Amino acid sequence: MSIMKRMGLVFRSKANKALDRAEDPRETLDYSYQKQLELLQKVRRGVADVATSRKRLELQLNQLQQQQQKLHDQAQKALSMGREDLAREALTRRSGLQQQVDSLQEQHAQLQGEEEKLTMASQRLQAKVEAFRTRKESMKATYTAAEAQTKIGEAFSGISEEMGDVGYAMQRAEDKTAQMQARSGAIDELLASGALDDVTAPGGQDDISRELDSLSSTSDVELELAQMKQQIGGSEEKPREIDPSAQAPTGAEETQPKREGEQA
Amino acid sequence: MIVRILGEGQWRIEDGELSALNTLDDKVEAAVDAGDEGAFRPALEELLAAVRRTGSQLDIEELVDSDLVLPPGDASIDEVKDLLSDDGLIPG
Repeated sequence: MSIMKRMGLVFRSKANKALDRAEDPRETLDYSYQKQLELLQKVRRGVADVATSRKRLELQLNQLQQQQQKLHDQAQKALSMGREDLAREALTRRSGLQQQVDSLQEQHAQLQGEEEKLTMASQRLQAKVEAFRTRKESMKATYTAAEAQTKIGEAFSGISEEMGDVGYAMQRAEDKTAQMQARSGAIDELLASGALDDVTAPGGQDDISRELDSLSSTSDVELELAQMKQQIGGSEEKPREIDPSAQAPTGAEETQPKREGEQA
Repeated sequence: MIVRILGEGQWRIEDGELSALNTLDDKVEAAVDAGDEGAFRPALEELLAAVRRTGSQLDIEELVDSDLVLPPGDASIDEVKDLLSDDGLIPG
């Protein structure tokens, strides 16, 4: 038998099993309506949960991108000080981060997709629950036992099918969110362990920063010495231009390092 | 015939369109049986596209039972198998 037919049969049999019929069909209607409202609330919570996960992912992406920028700046600074080795190290770490960023971005897109699907599912369910409520009230008003069973049956199977569909969408979204949360947790741990050097932490310093800072202070001392010599001995030596805050040209990491300063 | 695409909605299909859909459905079924994910994805996409193209979508507030049910376009073969099993994913 075809996929479409088999799936239709399985779906209907489940929907029928889910029907919890009371002796008085009118009670069954009210009870089912209660269930529908509960499911509607659950879907809305589901949408909110997915949104929370998505936002957490956005925060992490932000942190990773800040870190990339920082490593880029460090590479430029190192290069302007003639330290190609440090610049290379910074750029290597930066490209390592890029893989994390790429994979997080992919997952972010997936989560966004789930969020949209759940939002649509909740809108569809809401419209159907509303339609069911209207029908339920009119059935109760004109209730005669003879016609009740068939009419109620029709309304029920329509809404049960929608509830099954929504339940399935929720389960898929939950599975995806759970995978994402495990991954988010792993990134948080990486950030916390310092393996990714959380440069956004106040006072937190990585080894590249430390080395650049010590280079800068050496340069400052040299500069000051040169200035003093100049004051004492007149114009016998010009101070060397070592300004760690000087902007290196953009794309400097791809060009040959300028040999100046100590190696000149 | 009423066809539901899970996660999307329901379509009303004229009887004349059914044989074309059945041909596409056979391709999906063959891919599922063979566990051939590479053939499965385009076959499913083609079937869903045909339903959307030849059918007329029902208003969302209509409460109608579906005759046929189809998995969402991004479902995997394993998910389809789950959907076809009696103790599958769908809660009541």
